[in-house]
Amino acid sequence: MSTPSAQPGGAAAAAAGAVDAATLKPIQVKLVLLGEAAVGKSSLVLRFVNNEFQENKEPTIGAAFLTQKCKLDDKIIKFEIWDTAGQERFHSLAPMYYRNAQAAVVVYDITKPASLDKAKSWVKELQRQANPNIVIALVGNKLDLAATSRGVPAEEASAYAAEAGLLCAEASAKTGDNVMDVFTEIAKKIPLEQLLAARGGRGGASGAGGSGAAGTGRVDLNAGPGGRNTQQGPCAC
Amino acid sequence: MDEEYDVIVLGTGLTECILSGLLSVEGKKVLHMDRNDYYGGESASLNLTQLYRKFRPGQEPASTFGRDRDWNVDLIPKFAMASGEFTNILYHTDVTRYLEFRQIAGSYVYRDGRISKVPSNNTEAVSSPLMGIFEKRRAKKFFEFIQAYDFTNPATHQGLDLNTVPMIEVYKKFGLEAGTQDFIGHALALQLDDSYMTQPAKDTYERICLYMNSMARYGKSPYIYPLYGLGELPQGFARLSAIYGGTYMLSKKVDELVYDNGKVVGVKSEGEVAKTKAVIGDPTYFSDKVKKTGQVVRAICILNHSIPNTADVDSIQIVIPQKQVNRGHDIYVAAVSYAHNVSAKDYWVAIVSTLVETAKPEEELQPALALLGPIAEKFIDITDIYEPIADGKADGVYITKSYDATSHFETVCQDVKDVYKRVTGNELKVEGKVKKQEEGAAAE
Ligand SMILES: Cc1cc2nc3c(=O)[nH]c(=O)nc-3n(C[C@H](O)[C@H](O)[C@H](O)COP(=O)(O)OP(=O)(O)OC[C@H]3O[C@@H](n4cnc5c(N)ncnc54)[C@H](O)[C@@H]3O)c2cc1C
Ligand SMILES: Nc1nc2c(ncn2[C@@H]2O[C@H](COP(=O)(O)OP(=O)(O)O)[C@@H](O)[C@H]2O)c(=O)[nH]1
Ligand SMILES: [Mg+2]
Repeated sequence: MSTPSAQPGGAAAAAAGAVDAATLKPIQVKLVLLGEAAVGKSSLVLRFVNNEFQENKEPTIGAAFLTQKCKLDDKIIKFEIWDTAGQERFHSLAPMYYRNAQAAVVVYDITKPASLDKAKSWVKELQRQANPNIVIALVGNKLDLAATSRGVPAEEASAYAAEAGLLCAEASAKTGDNVMDVFTEIAKKIPLEQLLAARGGRGGASGAGGSGAAGTGRVDLNAGPGGRNTQQGPCAC
Repeated sequence: MDEEYDVIVLGTGLTECILSGLLSVEGKKVLHMDRNDYYGGESASLNLTQLYRKFRPGQEPASTFGRDRDWNVDLIPKFAMASGEFTNILYHTDVTRYLEFRQIAGSYVYRDGRISKVPSNNTEAVSSPLMGIFEKRRAKKFFEFIQAYDFTNPATHQGLDLNTVPMIEVYKKFGLEAGTQDFIGHALALQLDDSYMTQPAKDTYERICLYMNSMARYGKSPYIYPLYGLGELPQGFARLSAIYGGTYMLSKKVDELVYDNGKVVGVKSEGEVAKTKAVIGDPTYFSDKVKKTGQVVRAICILNHSIPNTADVDSIQIVIPQKQVNRGHDIYVAAVSYAHNVSAKDYWVAIVSTLVETAKPEEELQPALALLGPIAEKFIDITDIYEPIADGKADGVYITKSYDATSHFETVCQDVKDVYKRVTGNELKVEGKVKKQEEGAAAE
């Protein structure tokens, strides 16, 4: 296995890091958003993906994921971003949501100290339940309001983040300040080689992490309808 | 809470979550509540701490079982038929995007004191010890008949109209032995008892086709199973509902339903009333509107080895046909393992279940428990099965059924379709894909 030269695309090429980024197959990474309602999770995603901000935007009905690509020097990461669909409002976010996430953005509102406590409890939950290699970023949102109504000192959050081993930043979805940087820092910290090695099955974002189940026996239900037999007759015996 | 909903759903079991998802997709305004602080109700998968809390209060799990988070133990064992209606619903709703599935590695049947693999292809059929050589020829004729049968073409009927002829007549026509009848009726058609024999053969025919088509889809067995346990399924449908605007509240105690002229108009919870046009819920929320129809006994067994005599497979179903062990109902074994992310490495979880027939339910499971080899830990669960007394049209309260003793989700789907029709007045159509703005934005 020593022909790293002209193979475009594919995991081997990505790992070898030899080829022009434009020809690489993106590496899919599942990223989840967590945090109290109204801290600006959806707004941060909208800023990151569409570079826009809408005051009081209604949640997009029927959008399960947003995707955004992020270029590192020799790799392309495609974030599959899961928003909460509002399930955090009444403490009803399903564990399935953060299962197998390779990255999590835990958001608090720098004007609301209680939202940092909630963020901390999410970090605890992730450390207890999620993929052990998950990259977690603690983001204090609404930085544009710092001058008028800051409630959480920047040092308090960063001290906690350092202690808990998290990436940490303050940002504003409204002005766009620091938003791209958060995602780029996450992209840099994702253990890509490990991810590619562990990945079996459909190669989707949820393919990595967890124990045991890499490799054979996975089935891809996205491939086609389960029902009607396509062979001759009604019965395939 | 102080809004008006089209439907309020109580309980986040699989049936209720599928209904919420489907109704939300159609634009109905849904409020979904559960008294527990977790999704799934009876169809949740538990970690070790939760499992011990439920079955061994005050006792700690053995440290050899490893990390709590590695365990996702189902309370109700079921597999999905790869070509069944449940798989269709998963595909139709795109809930497949949230979940990953893995094949069940083998389907086995008990005959004359030992277990054998249900053949998954011709080669296996030829070498299978399940039948003698002459019986194999007769069985081959039977399967050729099933395969060729076309309801609209009498030339394929060989004189048997499956709409009317009872199954026993079909067996007789092909001269099949009692053991082969057991095999076909219970290991392939997955009938729970022998009442099917005197019923029109059509139902059994369709079940055989479902089994065969499902087997043909991925090869090893007709079954697939979601990584991390069945508890992922209700959560997946709940997310679908939420994405379409459904509101979710866990840890929400229901005080009472509010009626006006005998028709439900609201649900009172923690002193507040949420207004609604209809209520859907599982039987545990309506003790005065349901009747008990039976009892299921289940033994959840933790093993540190694969099931003996199964070629060391990571997952398996075993059917023990009733007559083989002098019972009136089959016993099922459903085993999954760390390969499905339901247990710590090198552990298996086998659930043995049957419909209760005697006053000593646990003893009824003995023939199946004896097949498992040494059992590291065993939890016994005996639950009543309920169904609604009324269809809900009079009071607007539509109640689902408890999870029955069948080994797959087809009866769950029937219940979903049934409740859906009662609530909306329309047949549920599960074709193509629901329209969704997936990947709503993908700027580079
Ligand atoms: C029989 C049984 C089965 C169970 N099955 C499951 C199961 O299948 N899956 C499961 O996840 N739990 C299940 N649970 C619940 C589980 O045991 C915990 O109660 C639950 O995960 C909360 O954990 P905790 O008590 O440590 O945190 P808590 O002290 O209850 O919560 C800590 C903080 O996190 C918040 N919080 C907790 N959960 C959520 C959430 N989902 N969304 C938003 N905020 C939240 C709380 O409001 C609180 O502020 C089950 C419990 C039992 C008894
Ligand atoms: N000033 C300010 N407001 C913000 C910012 N981000 C979000 N918001 C507002 O905060 C509210 C909640 O935002 P949303 O994204 O829906 O939060 P979510 O519930 O966490 O998804 C909305 O009114 C947003 O307009 C920000 O960076 N600055
Ligand atoms: Mg939001």
